[in-house]
Amino acid sequence: MSDENLVAETSEGPQELQDLDETSSEELAIEQGTAVRLPEGLVFDPGDIDVEFGADETMIINMGPQHPSTHGVLRIMMELEGETVLRSKPIIGYLHTGMEKTGEQLTYVQGATNVTRMDYLSPLHNELVFALAVEALLGIEIPPRATWIRMLMTELNRISSHVMWMATNGMDLASTSMMIYGFRDREMILTFFEKTTGLRMNHDYIRPGGVAADLPDGWEDDVMAIVDTIPGRVDEYDDMLTGQPIFKQRTEGVGLISPELAIAMSATGPILRASGVAWDLRRDMPYLAYDEVDFDVIVGTVGDTYDRYAVRLNEIRESCKIVRQCVEMMPRGDYRAQDKKVTPPPRARIDESMEALIHHFKIFTRGFEVPAGEVYTAVESPRGELGCYLVADGSAKPYRMHIRGPSFVNLQSLPPLLRGGLIADAIAVISSVDPVMGEVDR
Amino acid sequence: MANATTSAAELAGDGVLAATSTLGQEVIHVARERYLEVVAALRGSGFEMCADLCAVDYLRHLDRPLPGTVTPERFEIVVNLLSLERHQRVRVRVQVPEDDPVVPTLFHLYPGSENMEREAFDLYGLRFEGHPDHTRILMPDDWEGHPLRKDYSVGRVPVQFKEAPGPR
Repeated sequence: MSDENLVAETSEGPQELQDLDETSSEELAIEQGTAVRLPEGLVFDPGDIDVEFGADETMIINMGPQHPSTHGVLRIMMELEGETVLRSKPIIGYLHTGMEKTGEQLTYVQGATNVTRMDYLSPLHNELVFALAVEALLGIEIPPRATWIRMLMTELNRISSHVMWMATNGMDLASTSMMIYGFRDREMILTFFEKTTGLRMNHDYIRPGGVAADLPDGWEDDVMAIVDTIPGRVDEYDDMLTGQPIFKQRTEGVGLISPELAIAMSATGPILRASGVAWDLRRDMPYLAYDEVDFDVIVGTVGDTYDRYAVRLNEIRESCKIVRQCVEMMPRGDYRAQDKKVTPPPRARIDESMEALIHHFKIFTRGFEVPAGEVYTAVESPRGELGCYLVADGSAKPYRMHIRGPSFVNLQSLPPLLRGGLIADAIAVISSVDPVMGEVDR
Repeated sequence: MANATTSAAELAGDGVLAATSTLGQEVIHVARERYLEVVAALRGSGFEMCADLCAVDYLRHLDRPLPGTVTPERFEIVVNLLSLERHQRVRVRVQVPEDDPVVPTLFHLYPGSENMEREAFDLYGLRFEGHPDHTRILMPDDWEGHPLRKDYSVGRVPVQFKEAPGPR
C-alpha cells in the first residue's frame, strides 16, 4: 500500500485534530480547554484565545491508536511546540462494536453477558448497574444475602481494578516492579472470582433477581486471606512510590484540574475526588446496603496526577474495610429472589419435574417480560459514575439500553489536563485518567 | 441533604410541559423550543453536572403513553442532570420530530455534554445546533447511516473476515 493510500484508509477526516488555521475558534477552545476555564458569568469571546505560536513552528503528532501508554486503542492527536503540548484531541471509536445495539437484540437474561464486556476491568459493576435497572423496572426485591454478596464482590472488584491501575500506571512511569506486584495482587482476587463465578473476567454473575450462585464453601477464609494480605501490600507500594523522588517529580503538579472544571466536564470518580469534591455515589446516593457500612470517601486537594494516585491507593484500603464488614455482616438466606417470573427453578427440581424443565427452558430461551417504563440507575464504579438508562416496552428485550460509561465522559478532560505540559507528562496524565477503552467505545 | 424536597419542576420554571415521577425518579418533559431555557434554569438552581445525555428512537412506539400535554415524536433526547449539593437527579425529556431532528446544544451550559452529544449525533443522526465539533465520534468518518436507529437493521454490514454474505 502506498503512503497516500495508507493515509486515506486510516484517516478519520474531520474527527481528527485539524491544522490551526482550519480550526474554528470554538473548537480550538475545546482542544485547549479554554472555554471552560473562564469563571462563571464571563462570556466566551473567540478573539480572546491566544494563539502563541505560528503554525509552521508546531507539529501535529499522533499518540496511538497503538501505544503502550494509551491502554488500548486510544489515539490522541497533539499539537506540539518543541516538547510542550499546545492542543490535543482524543480520537476514539476503534473498539466500537455496537454493544448498545446488541443489547437491544438480547433478552434481559442474556443482557448481563453483554454489558459485562464493556468495562473489562470492573465487569461486576457493569452487571450490577444493569441488574439494578432491570429490577427497578420489574419492581422486585432481592433478598439481603444477594445484596451483601453483590457488595462483597463489587468491592473486591474495585480493589482488583485499582491494583491493576497501580500496575499499569507503574509501567507507564517505568516502575516495572509496581507492574509485577500489581498483577500479582490482582491474580489473588481473580482466583477468588474464578472459584465463585467460574470465570476470571466477564462473569455474568450478578443477574436480574440476585446472583448466579451462592458463595463457595470456605469463602470467608479466601476473602479474609485477600483483605489480610492487600493492606500490607498497599503499605509496601506506599513506601515504594509515595515518597519516592522520581515518582513525585513525574506526578506532582502534572495534569491539574480544578473542581469547577471537573464538574463542568462531567468528570466523576477519582478525577473529581482528587480535585477536592467529596462526591461518591456509595455515600451520597447509596445503593445496595452502602448506608449500613462504614467507610471514608477519599478526597484530594490539588487535583494533579499525584492526587489521583493517592485517591486510588487509599480507596483500596477503604474497600478492604468494606469487604471486612461484608464478611462480618453477611446474612444467611437465599442468594436470589424467589420470583418464579425471573428465577429459574433449582437444578435438582429439573431432574424430577417436567414443569420445572419447561420453566427453566422458557426463562433461558424466551426470557421474561419486563413492564414498560424507563429508568436510570447509577453506581460508583472504580472509574466514576456508571449509569444505565433502560427503556422497556413490555417485551422480553430492552427497547433501549444506554450505558453511561465513566471513561467515555472522563476522556473529555484530557485536553485541559494535557495543555501546557510536556509530552512525557502526557503519559502520566493519560494513565491517571484510567480509561478503559472497552467502555469508551462500547 | 438540605431542602431535597424542592422538586426540580419547581426550579425549572414555567417552561415545563409536564412533570412526572417514574419509579421514584423525577422526570420533566420540555418542548424543544424551551429546552435550553429550562436546562439553563435548572443549572442556575444547583444542577451543576450533566451526568448523561442520550437519545432514544421510538419508531416502533410512536403511540407510547406520555403526559397529555406532550406530543409524542419519533426521537427523544434524555438528559440526566445531577445536583451534587442537594443529592438530587432530574431527567429532562425532549421530543424531537423525525423530519427536523435538530436541538440546541448544551455545550455552552455544560461543556461536559460535548462527547455525549457527538455520540447521539453519530448513532441517531440528531443535529445539535451550535455544537462546536459536530463530527462522528464512534463510527468511522465515512460511515453511512446512523446505526442505533430502529430502521437500521442488524447484520446489514457484511462481516469482513467471512466470504461476503451480502445483506441479510
